[in-house]
Amino acid sequence: MPANRPRTLYDKIWDSHVVTEGEGGVSLLYVDLHLVHEVTSPQAFSGLRRRGLKVRARDRTLATADHVTPTRSLNIAAAGELAAKQLRSLEENCEEFGIRLYTMGHEYRGIVHVIGPELGLTQPGQMIVCGDSHTSTHGAFGALAFGIGTTEVEYVLASQCLLERKMGNLRVECEGRLRPGVTSKDLILALISKIGVDGGVGHVIEYAGPAIRGLSMESRMTICNMSIEAGARAGLISPDDTTFEYVAGREFAPTGAEWDRALDRWRTLPSDPGAPFDKTVSLDVSGLEPFISFGTNPSMAIPIRSRIPDPAAIADAVEREQVVRALKYMDLGAGEPVIDQKIDVVFIGSCTNARIEDMREAARIFRGRTVSEGVRALVVPGSEQVRREAESEGLDQVFTEAGAEWRLPGCSMCLGMNGDHLAPGQRSVSTSNRNFEGRQGPGGRTMLGSPLTAAAAAVTGRVTDPRDLLRV
Amino acid sequence: MQRFRTVATRAVTIAFDDIDTDQIIPARYLTTVDRAGLGGHLFHDWRYRGDGEPTPEFALNRAEAEGARLLIAGRNFGCGSSREHAVWALMDHGFDAVIAPSFADIFRKNALRNGLLPIRVEGEMYTACLEEAASRAIFTVDLKNNVVTTPARTIPFRIDPFARNCLLEGLDELSYILRHDDAISAFETSNPSGSSIIPPRPARGGH
Repeated sequence: MPANRPRTLYDKIWDSHVVTEGEGGVSLLYVDLHLVHEVTSPQAFSGLRRRGLKVRARDRTLATADHVTPTRSLNIAAAGELAAKQLRSLEENCEEFGIRLYTMGHEYRGIVHVIGPELGLTQPGQMIVCGDSHTSTHGAFGALAFGIGTTEVEYVLASQCLLERKMGNLRVECEGRLRPGVTSKDLILALISKIGVDGGVGHVIEYAGPAIRGLSMESRMTICNMSIEAGARAGLISPDDTTFEYVAGREFAPTGAEWDRALDRWRTLPSDPGAPFDKTVSLDVSGLEPFISFGTNPSMAIPIRSRIPDPAAIADAVEREQVVRALKYMDLGAGEPVIDQKIDVVFIGSCTNARIEDMREAARIFRGRTVSEGVRALVVPGSEQVRREAESEGLDQVFTEAGAEWRLPGCSMCLGMNGDHLAPGQRSVSTSNRNFEGRQGPGGRTMLGSPLTAAAAAVTGRVTDPRDLLRV
Repeated sequence: MQRFRTVATRAVTIAFDDIDTDQIIPARYLTTVDRAGLGGHLFHDWRYRGDGEPTPEFALNRAEAEGARLLIAGRNFGCGSSREHAVWALMDHGFDAVIAPSFADIFRKNALRNGLLPIRVEGEMYTACLEEAASRAIFTVDLKNNVVTTPARTIPFRIDPFARNCLLEGLDELSYILRHDDAISAFETSNPSGSSIIPPRPARGGH
């Protein structure tokens, strides 16, 4: 190919990771960083053992315990017998194969997609995989990061490589600037409601434009995190000074002359002017309101001051039937305002929104207020580091004085594997990423929103525009 | 991986769009360290009521679903979580193939790597599949010839040729990847992203 052909960020990362061009357009790609957790790895380690293989690159593999870990106690028995067995299995596998593991009690333990960035493991230009669909989070650094299944976890452990076919490249151009009280969570919910839960299938998304440039790294991570909810395995943002400042000085970030060389390399990564994309979608965020979901997939989300859709007004029969089913499951009335709908539980946490900025945003609402009677509010930091930082700022006091529960780090009620879950029929406002039926517990009803929106619902007991409480 | 052999079967239809992997296998059944035994939890919360009794109207609980090895689903099947348990549960239940207008990317890859055939059929052909399934036709899924046939129709489908070859031969991708060991070592020597990221800990037991 001609050297001067303009390339996208995706093209550049792809090109620099090709080990061999295989048969029929399938390439062997090298993985720079492989993150491992307890739920999707046990069968992969069993596979290695069966084949008599070792882990090829232990210096590129890191494990943590997050999905089934208890949030009330460091004792793994607290999450139940099967969860405890899975955690012990991870410990044994990591010991046997020589993989660094941050297990219960370790100062760096946390949700896999929170700790990668905060430890400086996640770096621009890398290829990162993990047996978890929200691996797309790391794309905020300009790293090609995506979720894989357990069979591929085994392949990567054994070979540090994956066979991949190149995806399409979808550019999402975000114009304007978010208004106060409107967050990157609202932006990504608005985008998914626009392009649908399969709008990104077969593609890698690159988020670009002034609205993205103006965001912090943590806000960018929230956007890339939910790329998979639009069907895209990976979401990318070209790295810039905001990225480099975030990475600098972190535990595993390069230092000295190595840092300078890395920086030179990272500065060449952004998509070239005129680089071709297969598709482009534009989103003007200036007029955006806080978004909240009303249905049973993340595309069923609306501005918080609007009305729940009336299926009778939906022309497409399949979509109409889907909304009918969703409203029945959610026990929400067609055409009603979404605001003031009663809620039972608030969950602030998950790889989408459990970083320190999310904790600070939630605290802005909770400070000087109390959780509404009858509402249960859980605040679950994304990692031990986030927990310590929040506590050093006194945020835990703000939460507990308001009547919210301040828990230990983990995935917790995002997917309800560890004993933290909704009871049947309960409705939550959650800062997590999926409002699928039963996601937070069988029969549970999830409404997705930002940390501000979730905290506002906690103190009023109803869906509330957080800007009314922030007076913005 | 087992070779994919031609299968003749009735089909079960769950034709909703965007069926996510949380529905296929709820997260609370992922606390396992094995691949086997997940079939009983397949579509658990649609298949069983809160009291554990089967939901009579759900497709998998109807008498005609007994022994069916082909599932017909809606668009974007398998979206959401990357859990390969979804594929294991479908296969453990007895499914060999899924027909849908489209599949989520991670699910499709997981399916191919386990020998569950994701067959993309769109438009009129898809509608025809729904009709044939409703009339209890026998579907023959023939990967060698890239066709699904029913007494009334021949429905061609396309599939990644590399994956197809692996399925037909029962080949494991890992064996293919490991044959490139020299190329991988050469890449590691010159990797622009640096040589190492995490100081490793020693492995126990001879690995």
